[in-house]
Amino acid sequence: MATQGDYALETPGRTMLAKIWDQHVIARISDDTDLLHIDRHLLHDLGGSRGLLDLKSRNLAVHNPELTFATPDHAISTARGRAGTSKTGLELLEGLRLETSATGIAMFDIDEPGQGIVHVIGPELGLSLPGCLIVCGDSHTCTHGGLGALAFGIGSSELTHVLATQALIQRRPKTMRVKFEGKMSAGVTPKDLILALIGHVGAAGGTGYAVEYAGSAIREMPVEGRFTVCNLSIELGAKMGMVAPDEKTYEYVRGRRYAPKVEMWERAVAAWRKLPSDADAVFDREVTIDVAKIIPQVTWGISPEHVIGVDGRIPDPREIADPARRSAIETAIDYMGLKPGAPIMGTPVDWVFIGSCTNSRLSDLRAAAAIARGRKVAPGVRAWVVPGSETVKREAVAEGLDKLFIDAGFEWREPGCSMCLAANGEVVAPGQRSVSTSNRNFIGRQGPRARTHLASPAMAAAAAISGAIADVRTMER
Amino acid sequence: MPKSSTNKPFTKLSAIAAPVMRGNIDTDVIIRIERLVETSIRGTLGKWAFGSLRYRPDGSENPEFILNREPYRQAEVLITGPNFGCGSSREGAVWSLQEIGIRAIIGSGFGDIFFANCFQNGILPIVVDKDIVDGLAAEVENTQGAGRIGIDLEQQTITSPSGKMHHFEIDPRRRAGLLKGLDEVALTLQRDAEIRAFQETDRNERPWIHFAGNHA
Repeated sequence: MATQGDYALETPGRTMLAKIWDQHVIARISDDTDLLHIDRHLLHDLGGSRGLLDLKSRNLAVHNPELTFATPDHAISTARGRAGTSKTGLELLEGLRLETSATGIAMFDIDEPGQGIVHVIGPELGLSLPGCLIVCGDSHTCTHGGLGALAFGIGSSELTHVLATQALIQRRPKTMRVKFEGKMSAGVTPKDLILALIGHVGAAGGTGYAVEYAGSAIREMPVEGRFTVCNLSIELGAKMGMVAPDEKTYEYVRGRRYAPKVEMWERAVAAWRKLPSDADAVFDREVTIDVAKIIPQVTWGISPEHVIGVDGRIPDPREIADPARRSAIETAIDYMGLKPGAPIMGTPVDWVFIGSCTNSRLSDLRAAAAIARGRKVAPGVRAWVVPGSETVKREAVAEGLDKLFIDAGFEWREPGCSMCLAANGEVVAPGQRSVSTSNRNFIGRQGPRARTHLASPAMAAAAAISGAIADVRTMER
Repeated sequence: MPKSSTNKPFTKLSAIAAPVMRGNIDTDVIIRIERLVETSIRGTLGKWAFGSLRYRPDGSENPEFILNREPYRQAEVLITGPNFGCGSSREGAVWSLQEIGIRAIIGSGFGDIFFANCFQNGILPIVVDKDIVDGLAAEVENTQGAGRIGIDLEQQTITSPSGKMHHFEIDPRRRAGLLKGLDEVALTLQRDAEIRAFQETDRNERPWIHFAGNHA
């Protein structure tokens, strides 16, 4: 053991954020703002061709096409044969094909392995790696942080900037560490952990921060679960979320299509082992969550912070003193068509959506299938399973999950964003109620006046079978 | 020569302000996604800004929504509740506000990506304490919207309708960008030698990041 004196003159340890950030600084712009190198730029159909056309109109070239990758996901239909893709959706798809091909950017097209939701395919292909700086014109880019990458969403202007320069000017965020400590109870999933955190700190609790998720529950968690946790970082206001890489991470990345191989692999892993935050690193904010206390979660309102345990009740505005909070809760209850003070369990549902960059990976589909196996979707409920990528789809089919879902009365779809954001004609009808494994229960998110309850894949499957919001713990076998 | 893309410089403003005080107004509420699934969207979005609040299900204007009332229809400033612009990265949210004439947004906190997108389009988002935001909203409402809000970016001040002056903080780089309407892409391209030098060194340090040419 070192005595205190040995460390007295040393600066505090560094966070993983600081280590990754510093490795990407091309130039210091000001005290807290740097020009950063972008290692991976992912394009999708909604913004990709538009960004490339914007560049062209300004007579600029793509700086590093070999570090830029594209796939259609947002605006394409997930029906067989992509039937029903809108005229504009087809134009955006064709635009992405033309502009990527003209600029030498690799595109993973429909029906090819590699196509899928951009935040599913990045890690799946080994494009997203620990220590990588990844951007994409989509706020859920934080998902890739599950590998120990620094990944965040950007707007259209920044997208053009990255295409033109392979760099981005960013202000250093504050750091927050969330420790999930303890063992997850039966029926509790990574989705429940992150929803419970959002309920605890609020939808703006992480604004201005990069969040590092740590603690025993994160170390025990498979990498796909870490993607789910990081995915919802933006729903607590943080545009970046990350988990330190470990043996599980290396096992996940090893052998993937674009991952380093042989000697390069050894060199990369040696570098990645230095990334985790030092034991004495200091964070601007620390939150600890007792995982054992978390039960399956479900949202009741119009912000992800409107979340309760499945045994909970809808809040009663009359019990809330603060007028602004009371009015916000009244608005949410009114939009959602719920009764103040009523239990959430037993609320009848019309739709169930299992998919999105949050919960459409093989482990998610397996969790839903474990509940659906040998049961039937309740009459009057439409339930969709939309795999996150062509590869996830093929792996699920190889395990017979497609047949299992179809036998249970679910519809099995082609990979894409689908009903998470309703940009592709796939919507929940006005006034209808959906239990969704996606990430946003905003007003109209799944279609004008659609009512969304966010939950885990197992909880969503339980709702499909029960025809109402149900406690998955009573249905596990 | 690359064509530049500059914004209208922002210096001073004295304008009608509309308080939109509900917390957590997300970018889906500011602009619905289907309005962005169009081949050409710039110039078409103003009509759809705050669509779900501005219009009733039958498409008619909702007279209860503040931006459907005079004088707030003329507002160039929004006074917002906490966490305005949370949610998605869609820059269309900013464009839609720009198209209805919004030039500055005052709130106690904004979604990080929305906040950055504002500066890219010459819109000034100002973060001040919640009690200042609430005070400004109350003053505006007490004058039925007639009282103007003054904003001086050079001096970093907001002046309330009754003349109360509040200082605000802003990143000096972003302030300079707004004052001059700078084109960030052009500025970064001036550093292209540094970008290429970084990549040259990094190719040795992290070769697994750098692919050799197109491998599609």
